[in-house]
Amino acid sequence: MTEFTPLLSLFGGALIGVAAVMLMAFQGRVAGLSGILAGAVLPSSSERGWQVAFLIGAIAAPMLLVSLMGVTIPFESNTPLPWLVAGGLIVGIGVNLGSGCTSGHGVCGVARFSNRSLAATGVFMVATAATVFVIRYIFGGF
Amino acid sequence: MPALFLALLTGLVFGTGIALSGMINPAKVLNFFDIAGTWDPSLAFVMGGALIVTAIGYRFVLKSPRPLFDRQFHLPTRKDIDMPLLAGSAVFGIGWGIAGFCPGGSIPALGIMQTDAAIFVAAMIAGIAITRAARQAMSRSPGVQKAAS
Repeated sequence: MTEFTPLLSLFGGALIGVAAVMLMAFQGRVAGLSGILAGAVLPSSSERGWQVAFLIGAIAAPMLLVSLMGVTIPFESNTPLPWLVAGGLIVGIGVNLGSGCTSGHGVCGVARFSNRSLAATGVFMVATAATVFVIRYIFGGF
Repeated sequence: MPALFLALLTGLVFGTGIALSGMINPAKVLNFFDIAGTWDPSLAFVMGGALIVTAIGYRFVLKSPRPLFDRQFHLPTRKDIDMPLLAGSAVFGIGWGIAGFCPGGSIPALGIMQTDAAIFVAAMIAGIAITRAARQAMSRSPGVQKAAS
């Protein structure tokens, strides 16, 4: 069980939106985390500077919330190691092939009413729900 | 330098949003998709909040002639819904459903020293690198030379 947190989730979601708007205003780029990560760590990107700075901020934020502000950040991961690795590989393949993930397609693309992002978001939401169903109810969970 | 500082600040805002919203927590994300079981609708509020702010904010920002640190806005221009988009998105969803981590959720989780997030991110980078290399190799192969030229 995880606690239903409508207000905190709405507020956190709004901050994700603020960051997306900031990145468009400053760099003129869509805030797609898979693209930013690929640009920051893989060769051949002229955008590496701001991408690395953005990722450092994204990683530092929860650290600062915990250490400076004493915020408790709930975290629970029950996926066995081999499936964790498989999940990471599969997500990596999918976001490269599909040109985006939850942030790039699901937030930035849908907010622009992009046809491609609306299609991508519909497909991955259904695929995720189907996968969770299969793992939890057909295989009986991890 | 101001560009890097503001990018860092943007990342801080993003990471704070991911952490407070619960997107950083794989169990919470997976419970959103488990309507018949331990359903937690929070993710809908995350997406709702993000979409409202982004949709309104983009309208204002995109009225200006150019972003602060670039000559032009770089908006995706493609309109065609092709197989790589649909297949890739389906594959991404399968991976998201297995571990409960998406790229934007897993990267900030590195900041709270979660080993699972580190393993996931490392595997995800490998997945992106392998796919990118395979696609580059395919676009150079004789069968699809037209696409490469």
